[in-house]
Amino acid sequence: MTTTTAKSKVLPPPTERYSLLGWLHKNLFSTWYNALLTLFAAWLTYAMLKPTLTWIFGEARWDVISANLKLFMIGRYPIEQEWRVWAALFLLTWVIGLSWGSWVKKFELSGLVLLLIPVFMALLPFSMDDRLKILGLSVFSLIGYVIAKSQPATFSKVSIFAWLLYFPVGLLIIRGLTGDEGFFPVVDTQLWGGLMLTVLLSVLGIMFSFPIGVSLALGRQSKLPIISWISIGFIETIRGVPLITILFMMDLMLPLFLPSEIRIESIIRALVGITFFSAAYMAENVRGGLQSIPRGQHEASHALGLSGFQTMAFIIMPQALRAVIPILVSQFIGLLKDTTLVMILSLFDILGIGKAVLGNPDYIGTSREVYLFIAAVFWILSYGMSYASQRLETALGLGER
Amino acid sequence: MEKTHTTQQATIPFWRDERVLRVLGQIIFLIAVIVFGYYIYNNMITALAKQGMTPSFAFLNQTAGFDIGERLIEYERADFNKRAVLVAVLNTVQVSIVGIILSTILGVFLGIARLSTNFLVAKLSSIYLEILRNIPLLVLLIFWYTGIFITLPRVKEAISLGTSIFISNRGMVIPWGIPTETWRAYLIVLGVGIVLSAIVNWQLNLVGKRTGRPPLVTLWTIITFLAVAIIGWIALPQSPLTLDLPTLQGLNFKGGYTFSPEYLALLSGLVIYTAAFVGEIVRAGILSVSKGQIEASRALGLNAFQTLRLIVFPQAMRVIVPPLTSQYLNLTKNSSLAVAIGYPDLFAIAGTMHNQTGRSVEVIALMMGIYLSTSLITSVFMNFYNKKIKLVER
Repeated sequence: MTTTTAKSKVLPPPTERYSLLGWLHKNLFSTWYNALLTLFAAWLTYAMLKPTLTWIFGEARWDVISANLKLFMIGRYPIEQEWRVWAALFLLTWVIGLSWGSWVKKFELSGLVLLLIPVFMALLPFSMDDRLKILGLSVFSLIGYVIAKSQPATFSKVSIFAWLLYFPVGLLIIRGLTGDEGFFPVVDTQLWGGLMLTVLLSVLGIMFSFPIGVSLALGRQSKLPIISWISIGFIETIRGVPLITILFMMDLMLPLFLPSEIRIESIIRALVGITFFSAAYMAENVRGGLQSIPRGQHEASHALGLSGFQTMAFIIMPQALRAVIPILVSQFIGLLKDTTLVMILSLFDILGIGKAVLGNPDYIGTSREVYLFIAAVFWILSYGMSYASQRLETALGLGER
Repeated sequence: MEKTHTTQQATIPFWRDERVLRVLGQIIFLIAVIVFGYYIYNNMITALAKQGMTPSFAFLNQTAGFDIGERLIEYERADFNKRAVLVAVLNTVQVSIVGIILSTILGVFLGIARLSTNFLVAKLSSIYLEILRNIPLLVLLIFWYTGIFITLPRVKEAISLGTSIFISNRGMVIPWGIPTETWRAYLIVLGVGIVLSAIVNWQLNLVGKRTGRPPLVTLWTIITFLAVAIIGWIALPQSPLTLDLPTLQGLNFKGGYTFSPEYLALLSGLVIYTAAFVGEIVRAGILSVSKGQIEASRALGLNAFQTLRLIVFPQAMRVIVPPLTSQYLNLTKNSSLAVAIGYPDLFAIAGTMHNQTGRSVEVIALMMGIYLSTSLITSVFMNFYNKKIKLVER
């Protein structure tokens, strides 16, 4: 018995192996029309890539980017207060490091890759000062990671509070505290801009829209007709019109809606529009999650004697929200892309800054460079996020349980 | 028994009776919403009154006083505002419909290409999809317009495709037909063609149902229509359209039909962006048909084309249509970004009208109402189509 098992040891299935020619034949030239297709695709690649590459490495004037990099990143935020943006970033990386150390068990390699990104960025031709700051991002996250690793149990709770506290504190650091003078002078929101404004608008938009979206989803699911009609009306109206009209409406009508004593900064108006827009889409996503929870969960929870509110809060919502996390990530990516529309309301987000830079007579004729750079920034951010969330989903088995 | 029941009922105080609470809660909620709405409305009316205005749509019957560069119907700056709104709506609808058709074609092509067994084609298609899906449409449109379309050569050095299509920084000029006297007669011929092809379609469907061997219904319908159209064209004493070729005269092209660079940039931007999303949807739809279905169909002796047409496609459509609907709606809504590149769509005209009349509330209400009804019409139509193909299901 034992001898037979030892002899007939199960081998892994043979891996596919081709010679180079064999691979070429199978994947590119299997039939005559496949060969034609390959030749056409190769010609197309060459025809598109050659002029693009010669332009990128030859004719393009990339100095418009390097000279205005600060504008692209933080807009007209005063240069002497720039350290506050860095401080907020350092704090962010520290909190990320802290929660990585206490919550994430596997993924040492991915963490290392993330830590190496600033190191590679520091190799780019920045000034020595900026290089040190960029490296600081790695250092702070490493510090947070090491602290959390020393006592994961306590710091897992600390990191939750750190996240909750981070957003008000980070905003306060950027906005300032002590009037016009002093250590922390208030920076007028009109001076906020660039990538910082884009990210702030989308992060705050998704955060504020979360409670509204969840209550709208519950309202739409409700058996009470008036509540569900009002929720449906709100959701469908917002989803039926373009974001730009909502932003336009908020920009013009929010001041009319409120008593005339109240003045609202234009960034807040845009933020209200973005929040409403995102809340309507959030509501539909959350509703999808709510519908995915089997009826038995409701019944079991009632049988255990939980009230309607308790059932929602402790049984249904946690499961529904876990099911929609991947969709919420893609909604966030969509929102990040959509915040570019605030440019039309003449706010200086990264696209608005791009337009302003092109208005400078020194940089006439560099619109390709500028817009290509902006597109690349968005591509890196959104592709990075969607890639990370896909990896996380498969690794954690989200949506499979 | 009856008696105890009623007495027990009576002992529950009304503030603990769930049925009463539900009604009460809703009434309170409704009152809160109404009060809030009234508060907002009141603030708005007072604010408007301070500017000496009361909300009214009378401005629609005033002279517009601005020009619109591109239009499908006649319009002068002396026309009423409502005419300008109509021009704007038609522009938006036209861009959306053409965009939807083109992005569906390109999207289906990309989706199939990504599933191709040809390594290079599949990789090219997936690179396209991954790049386009991850950049904002507005950035793409502005890049496309300021980086490509208005940097094209001037009219004098226009790029010519063939002999009579010219591309320059003033847009693209193509040959165009001018209706002659027989044009009206020809329209009647085309109407007859539509009726005839509808009859052919109906009859072939009946044959398919009776014999269980569905013929190529769509193909024959189109062939019938084309046959009538061609015969009519030849049979009429004078051809219904004469060809108008664009020629360079002075500083601009004369004749033909000119697509402005704004229109081209908007349309192509919308199409290449939406096609990336359509491509993903098509790919997911095709992948959703299980491999067993294809194998079974091949085992039954259907060839590759028949398998695709009769087995894969009808089943994939069920998965494809709902997300495709929302992409079509997105495209229609995204056409409002035309304002960034100066194409006079609904949003751009509404903005101009707001600047001219100062009537923000009415203009916004009008604009949102139109967008909302366009969205509703599109989704009603697509829901109808969705129901129709759902009948294919068991």
